[in-house]
Amino acid sequence: MIKVLFFAKYRELLGLGQMTVELHSTTTVADLKNRLVKEGGDHWAQALLADNTLCAVNQTIAHDGDAIADGDEVAFYPPVTGG
Amino acid sequence: MQSRVLIHQADFDVSEECRALASSNRCGAVAQFVGVMRDYNEGDNVVAMELEHYPGMTERSIESIIERANTRWPLLSVTVIHRVGKLLPGAQIVFVGVGAMHRHAAFAACEFIMDYLKTEAPFWKKEKKSDGSERWVDARVSDAESLGRWAE
Repeated sequence: MIKVLFFAKYRELLGLGQMTVELHSTTTVADLKNRLVKEGGDHWAQALLADNTLCAVNQTIAHDGDAIADGDEVAFYPPVTGG
Repeated sequence: MQSRVLIHQADFDVSEECRALASSNRCGAVAQFVGVMRDYNEGDNVVAMELEHYPGMTERSIESIIERANTRWPLLSVTVIHRVGKLLPGAQIVFVGVGAMHRHAAFAACEFIMDYLKTEAPFWKKEKKSDGSERWVDARVSDAESLGRWAE
C-alpha cells in the first residue's frame, strides 16, 4: 500500500488531500498517474497529466520514469509559489 | 555551519534573528531578506492570503538548499523562517538570514537560498480579492529564470 497526497489547486480539484493505493507490484510514477486517471476520470487528468504537474516520492522530487515501491509516500502538486 | 528552518503561522522578530545569526565570534557579516505581503497582485486588490505547504518535504527541501549554499560559500549560520496559514497585507511572510565572515558570502548565499526557495520549496499561495473571490497564485516564469545566474 502507498500513500498518495495532493496539494493546493489539485487537492481542491479532486476534493481529496490524501488516499491509499494498493500496489500489486513495483510501478512507476507514470503508471500510477495513468491508473488514477483511468479510475478517476477528467478531473484526475487535469491534475495529474498537466505539463507542469510536479511529483515527489518520499518527499524528494521524482519524474515519470521513477519507481514507486510498497510503503512509499507519493505527492502530486502544482508549481510552487512560496516566498 | 549552524542552520535553523522553521515553518509556522506565528510572526518572527527580525532583530532577534539577526542577533542570533551574529552570535559566533568569527561572524563579520549578516545579510537578511524579508518577504512581505502586498495588497495588490496581477492588477487586483488582495485582502488576505492563505499559505499551504507540504509538511516534512518543505523542511527537507529548504535544508537541501542551505546545504548547497554552504558548499558554494563559507557560511557560519543560516536561518529560514516561512509563515503558513492566513496572512494579511503588510505581514512578514518569509525570512532568510545568513551569517558569514565576510559580506560577499552573506549577500550571495542569502539571494541563492531565496531564489531556490521560490522555485523548489513546496508552498502554495491562495489570494482572496476585495470582491470576496479566491484564486491560486500562478508560478512566475521570472522566478525560474533567476536561477540561471547560479549556473556553474
